[in-house]
Amino acid sequence: MKKRRSDEKNRMSISLPALSVNEGMARSAIAAFCAQQNPSATELADIKCAISEAVTNCIVHAYPSGTGIIYITVVLYADGTVRVVIKDKGCGIADVRRAREPLFTTDAANERSGMGFTVMENFMDRLVVRSRPGQGTVVIMTKRIGSDPATKE
Amino acid sequence: MIHTEYSYETQSRDQLLRVSLYGEIDHHGAVGLREDLDALILRERPRRLVLDLGRIEFMDSAGLGLLMGRYRLMRELGGVMAIENPNRRIMKILTLAGMERFFEISGGLRGEGR
Ligand SMILES: Nc1ncnc2c1ncn2[C@@H]1O[C@H](COP(=O)(O)OP(=O)(O)O)[C@@H](O)[C@H]1O
Ligand SMILES: [Mg+2]
Repeated sequence: MKKRRSDEKNRMSISLPALSVNEGMARSAIAAFCAQQNPSATELADIKCAISEAVTNCIVHAYPSGTGIIYITVVLYADGTVRVVIKDKGCGIADVRRAREPLFTTDAANERSGMGFTVMENFMDRLVVRSRPGQGTVVIMTKRIGSDPATKE
Repeated sequence: MIHTEYSYETQSRDQLLRVSLYGEIDHHGAVGLREDLDALILRERPRRLVLDLGRIEFMDSAGLGLLMGRYRLMRELGGVMAIENPNRRIMKILTLAGMERFFEISGGLRGEGR
């Protein structure tokens, strides 16, 4: 479903330097934002994990030599959909299809599992990845929250 | 180095090394935790390594890499590794990665609300 700006309930933008301490920071900030929609514990845990994956990728892959900025925008829509956009201006991904395959990693030496995109895909409703080598990567994830049947008992 | 995200307690007896982990496992903490665990394993040389995840509140795919790495080290040293008490959310990511093919996972699945 196409979302219009008028359906927006709330919005948050943060930019953080690509430092590993900011992985937990990004998770907590976005979890706090999502709390207004009364998500279930499972929904919140899923979102935190997916965000951690996208933010970590900016830190370990996008800016391998030194620092850069991670741009995060979170939008909550009237129907309870949360849209998380995580963007970097780093090295980009040459083959996104391949990168999204389970267990695929370009950095096995550092004990990466190659499961980041698979987690994002499975823990969120929808995942879109746009990337261009040398320009950067945008990860867009959406998930409908607050309507978990288990919540409504 | 000071780690604020995670901590652990260890118990070693009869070639069994049990490490109870607390807190969060992400990429930020995984590097230090990896070094600590490997130092412990190489010092104790256990037959069996048990990682108790019962107090781990958060784990992402960096945790998967960490568990696989310790599993490999234990196998190299002729030992085995097992995971205990993962909560439901951690079980979800372990299953997604097919971790049960590599090591025994037992206990846990305690509910944490809705
Ligand atoms: N933001 C990014 N910038 C550049 N490359 C990336 C980015 N995110 C992911 N990648 C590439 O996609 C691969 C797969 O990512 P992922 O599924 O998270 O696994 P892992 O991070 O464990 O390697 C990475 O190894 C890397 O090559
Ligand atoms: Mg990753």
